[in-house]
Amino acid sequence: MNNFFSILFSTDFAFSVLRVMTPILFAALGALISNKAGIVNIGMEGTMLTSALTGVIVSAYSGSAWVGLLAGIASGIAIAALLGFFTLKFKTHIILGGIAINMFASGGTVFILYLVSGDKGASTSLKSGVLPSVHIPLLQDIPVLGPILSGHNILTYVSLLCVIGLYYMLAKTPLGLRIRAVGENPQAAQSVGVRVNRVQFISLLISGFFAALGGAYMSMGYLSLFTRDMTAGRGWIGIAAEAVGRSTTLGTFLSSLLFGAADALANALQVLKIPAELIGTTPYVVTVIGLVVYAVTEAKVKSRKLAKNLEKNK
Amino acid sequence: MIKAIHFEKIRTIAVIAISLLLTLLIIAVVSDDPLRTMGVFLTEPLSSLAHIGNIVEMAIPLMFTGLSVALLFRANLFNLGAEGLFYFAGIVASSIAVHFTLSAYVHPIVAILAGGLTGALLSAIPGILKAKWNVNELVTSLMFNSILFGVGLYFLNYKLRDPQAFVNASYKFHPSAMLNNLVPGTRIHIGLILAILSILAVHYYLYNTKWGYELRMTGSNRSFAEYSGINTTKVIIVVHLIAGFLAGMGGSVEVLGMYNRFQWTGLPGYGLDGALVALLAKNNPLSVIGAALFLAYIRIGADQMARMSDVPAELISIVQAVIILLISAEQFLKFWKTRMLLKEAGIRE
Amino acid sequence: MGSSPLLEMRNITKVYPNGVVANSNVNFSLVEGEIHAIVGENGAGKSTLMKMIFGMEEPSEGEMLLAGSKMRFRSPQDAIDNGIGMVHQHFMLVPSFTVVQNIVLGMEPTKGGSINYKEAVRMTEELSAKYNLAIDPHAKVENLSVGMKQKVEILKVLIRGAKVLILDEPTAVLTPQETEELFRELKGLKREGHTIVFISHKLKEVKEICDRITIMRSGKTEGVFTTSDMSERDISRLMVGRDVVLKYDKTERRAGPAVLRARDLSYMGPEGKPLLSHVSFSVREGEIVGIAGVEGNGQAELVQALTGSLPGVKGTVEVAGENMIGRSIKEVRDTGVSYIPEDRMRQGAAKDASISDNLIAMFYRMKEWNRGLFLNKKKITRFTEEQIARYNVRCKGPEQPIGMLSGGNMQKIVVARECEAAPKLLIAEQPTRGVDIGAARLIHERLLEMRDDGCAILLLSADLNEILEVSDSLLVMYNGQFVAYYPDVKEVTEEELGFAMLGIKRQDAAEVRRALHD
Repeated sequence: MNNFFSILFSTDFAFSVLRVMTPILFAALGALISNKAGIVNIGMEGTMLTSALTGVIVSAYSGSAWVGLLAGIASGIAIAALLGFFTLKFKTHIILGGIAINMFASGGTVFILYLVSGDKGASTSLKSGVLPSVHIPLLQDIPVLGPILSGHNILTYVSLLCVIGLYYMLAKTPLGLRIRAVGENPQAAQSVGVRVNRVQFISLLISGFFAALGGAYMSMGYLSLFTRDMTAGRGWIGIAAEAVGRSTTLGTFLSSLLFGAADALANALQVLKIPAELIGTTPYVVTVIGLVVYAVTEAKVKSRKLAKNLEKNK
Repeated sequence: MIKAIHFEKIRTIAVIAISLLLTLLIIAVVSDDPLRTMGVFLTEPLSSLAHIGNIVEMAIPLMFTGLSVALLFRANLFNLGAEGLFYFAGIVASSIAVHFTLSAYVHPIVAILAGGLTGALLSAIPGILKAKWNVNELVTSLMFNSILFGVGLYFLNYKLRDPQAFVNASYKFHPSAMLNNLVPGTRIHIGLILAILSILAVHYYLYNTKWGYELRMTGSNRSFAEYSGINTTKVIIVVHLIAGFLAGMGGSVEVLGMYNRFQWTGLPGYGLDGALVALLAKNNPLSVIGAALFLAYIRIGADQMARMSDVPAELISIVQAVIILLISAEQFLKFWKTRMLLKEAGIRE
Repeated sequence: MGSSPLLEMRNITKVYPNGVVANSNVNFSLVEGEIHAIVGENGAGKSTLMKMIFGMEEPSEGEMLLAGSKMRFRSPQDAIDNGIGMVHQHFMLVPSFTVVQNIVLGMEPTKGGSINYKEAVRMTEELSAKYNLAIDPHAKVENLSVGMKQKVEILKVLIRGAKVLILDEPTAVLTPQETEELFRELKGLKREGHTIVFISHKLKEVKEICDRITIMRSGKTEGVFTTSDMSERDISRLMVGRDVVLKYDKTERRAGPAVLRARDLSYMGPEGKPLLSHVSFSVREGEIVGIAGVEGNGQAELVQALTGSLPGVKGTVEVAGENMIGRSIKEVRDTGVSYIPEDRMRQGAAKDASISDNLIAMFYRMKEWNRGLFLNKKKITRFTEEQIARYNVRCKGPEQPIGMLSGGNMQKIVVARECEAAPKLLIAEQPTRGVDIGAARLIHERLLEMRDDGCAILLLSADLNEILEVSDSLLVMYNGQFVAYYPDVKEVTEEELGFAMLGIKRQDAAEVRRALHD
C-alpha cells in the first residue's frame, strides 16, 4: 500500500498522467469541434486506429516518422471526409455513420496489417518510426515541475497547443462564429448564406485531424508499433470527456486530464496485486462514473432551479 | 411498373449488391488468384450440408443480438451493450453448466434463464441512467462492454478455468446442460427454435400489444408519447430489460449449443454485429431472420476464404461498414424515388 | 409599372422527396419598386415558391430569370449575392448570440483573422439609423421582444445589400401596433427603391399595403392582379374557389355547471419574472371560452398548468371537482381532459408512425381496445377508417405514416383523436394554425358540435378571427394576467380587443373575476 502511495505522489506519476491523457484529449477535442457544429462524430475510435496504422506503415516504408505522421493525419482527415460525405450528402445517420467508421477500422486495420506485414496482431515486423520527445530548456531544470512537464512526446505538447488554438478559433474567428451558429440554429446560419453543410464538413475534417493526431500518438509516441485495437476505447473516453466538460474547451481539457489520471492510476494500481483483468476496467468505470456525475449534477442544477422557483412561488 | 412503395426493398437489395461487388473488387485487388477466391467466398458457404449448417449456427446468436438491438433502436436508443451482455451471460450460463447438477431438461433452462436475467439486470443499469438522468447510453453501453469483458475474463481465469485444458478455457460443461442437436450432420441446435420463438414473441409484443405500442411511440416521438400519458421513463427501462434478456439469452444459448467449455478470451463480436442485423432488418423483428442469415452467409464465406485462400476474413468488416453507411443513407437512390413519384403524380407525361 | 420584370419564375414545379408536389407549373413575376403580395391558403405553395426564389430549395423543373437573364440559385448565398433577402416567418436567429453577432454572421468584418466587432457594431448602428430601425447591438437576441427580433431580421437582410425583400407572413406574430410600425418601415423601404414580396393570408393587410397580388391555390397560380381592382371577397374566392368567410351559425349557448375551475394560478419564471399571476377562471359545460392575447403572455404556462406539466405552479385547478395540481399527465387525461397541442410536430403526432397509431394514443390503454394481452386490431382499423371518412382526411389508408400528410390533414387526425375520446374538458391550443381553410372550418364545426353536446372547451388562439367566431366568452391575457373578460363575445370589437391585448386598457379585477362564475 505504501508502495502504491509513493507511486501516486511521485513526479513519474504526474508525468504519466499527461502521457496517457494525450490521446484522450485529442479524441475529446475532435468530439468537441464536431459537436459544436451540431454533428457529433463518434468515429473517433476508428479514425484513431486508422491513423495509428497508417502512421506506422508509412513511416516504416519512408523511413521518416514525420512523413508517417503526415500520412496518419491525411488518413484521419480522409476518414472524416468519407463520414462527412455520407452523412451530409447521403444523409446517413451520423451515429450510424460513426459506428460504421469504427467497424471499418477495427477489422480493416487488421486486414491491412495482415496484407502488409503478414501478422494479424502487431506490426512488430515493420521498422516504424517514433516521434521525438522534447526536453524544454530551463523548464526541465526546475525541480518537480521540470520532470513532470518536460520530456514529453512532441504530440503531447501539440495537444496542449490544440486546446489553445481551438479555444481561440471558436471564440474569436469568423469560422468559429459560424460553427457555433450552425450547431445552435442551422436554419439561421443557412438563411444568411452560411453553407451549413460546408461548415459541418470543415468541422468534421478538423475533428478527423485531432483524432488522427491521437492515433499517431498511440503508435508513434505512446508505443512504437501498431497493435490490433490498440486505442482500446480511448476514443469513447474522449467523447465522454467532452460531455463531462460541458462542451466547453477548458472543461473538455480538464475532464480529459481527469480521465488521464484515472488511466494512469490504473497502471499504478498494478503494484497492489489486484488481478490485471479487473484493473484494466478502471478507465471505463471512471468514465461511466464521470458521465453519471455529470448527468446527475446537470439534473440537480435543473431541479435546483426548479426548487428555487418553487421557493419563489411560495 | 415498379412503384415507389417498393423503394425501401429495392434499396436494401441495391445496398447488398453494391457491398458484395465491393467485396469482389477488394478480392480482385489483393488476391493472387482472384477468381478462385471469389468463388470460394460466394459458393463455399452453400457447398455442403455442413457449411449450410455453419450459416444457420452462426445466424442463431446474430438473431438474438439483432433482435435485442432492433428493439433498442426501435425505441430510439443507441445502445450497443449487447456485446458485453452476450459475453457475460455466457460466463454465467457456463458457471451453471459447470457447477450445477440438474436433470437434462431443467439444466439448460436454468442456465439460459440465468444468463438472460443477468443480461436484463445489467442492461437495466444504462437504461435507468438514461431514463432518469439522460446519461448518454451509447457511451455507457460501450464502457460497460469493456467492464463486463474485464470482469468476465476475471471469472474465467480465477473461477472457471480448467488447469488441465490446453487453452484458456473453463471446466467441461455437464452434458445435461448442453443443448440438443436439431439437424443431424450439422451443429444446428435447438437454440434455433428458441431464437425464432423469441422473434415471433417480440413481433407480437411490438405490433399487437399496448406495451409494444408504447415502445414504438416512445421511439418515434418521445414528446408525443409523454403528451399521450405514456410513462416513457418506464418504457425505456423495460426496453433495456427485454433487450438485455435477449442478448443474455443469446450468449447462454450460444455457449451451451456450440461448445462444451467456455473459451472466449476476447469479445466474440456478436453484439456489434447485432447492430448491423438490426439495420438490415430495418428494426423489424421478422426481418431479423433474413438479415441474420445473410450476415452469417457472408461471414462463413469470409471464413472459408481465409482458410482456403490468401485473403484474410477481416475483409468482411470493411463490407459491413459499407452496408451500414449505405443502408442508413436516406438520400441514397433518392433521386430515383423522386423520379418515380413524379411519374406517379402524372407530371411528366 | 409596365416595365420589364425584375424577377420572373416560369413554369416552376417542385416535388419534395416525400412526394409532395408543392408547386406545379407556377408563374410569378416581380416589378421593381412594387410591394407584391402572394396570397393563398396554407399549403398553397407560397412558402415553397419563396424558398426557391431565395435558393433554399431548387425547382424540380422550370426556369428563373433575374433582370431578363436566366439564373439558378443553389443556395441562399446565391440569392443574397443577387440582392435578394428574406425575412422568415420563424425567425432565423441564433438565440445565444448578440444582435450584432446575428447581423454580421456569414459576412464578419475581420482584423488579423479574428472578428472586428468594433467595425461590426459601427455597421449595424449606421444601418439602423439610416432605415430608422432602432436596436441595441449588444443585446442578446433571446431577450428581445418579437417586434425587435423582426427588426434584427430586416437589418440582417439590408446589411447584405438586398434590393428585393421577401417577407413570409411577417405580421403573424405581431401586435396590431407593431404591424402598423412594420408597414411604415416597409413603405419607407419602398420609397428607397426596394422591392418587397409580401406573403400573407390576411387580406386586409394585403389590401392596405400591396400594389399587386399573385394568388396561389393548391400549388398553382390563379393569376396576377392589381390590388385596387380586387375586393377582399374577390381574392378570397380565387384563393379557395368558393366564398369562404369563416362564419358559423351558432346555437344559443346552454352553459351548465363549471367543468374546469382554476383559482389564483401563479407561477414565477426562472428569471424571477412572474409568468402567471392570480389567474382565475372557469369553463362551464356547453361553452367555449376563448383566451386571446399576443403570444408569450403566459398562455403556454397556463396550458401547462392545466395539463399537469408545470411543476411549482401555485393555486388550484379542478376538473369536474377533482384537484389536478400535482397529477401526472396520464391522471389528468384519465379524468376526461383532452388537449390539442400547439405544436403538432413536436407533441401532437409521431410522424413516422401510422395514422391509426396516432389515432389510438388516447384509447390503446382501455379495456375495450384490448383483447386479453393483445390490441384489438380489427377495432382499431375500423375506427381509423371511420375517422378518416368523418374528418375527410385525404390519405392512402390507415397504415400510411402520418408524416406524409399535409398539415391540415395531420391536424384533423389530432383533432379526431382528442375529440373522439369524448372529453369533459377540451383544451384547444391554436387548433387551426398552419392548416388550410377547409380543414379549419371542419375543425371549428367539430368544436361547436362538441360544445352543443355539453363539452367544456377552452380555446387559446392568436388568430383573432378564430377566437371571435368560435368562442362564446372571451378572456384576454397580458403579462401573465387576465386583463379583460367579455361574457359575450358579440360585445367585443376588434379595436377594443387590441387595446386589451397590448395592456393599454384593462378592466378592474372584480370585473375579470366574474370569469370564475362562483
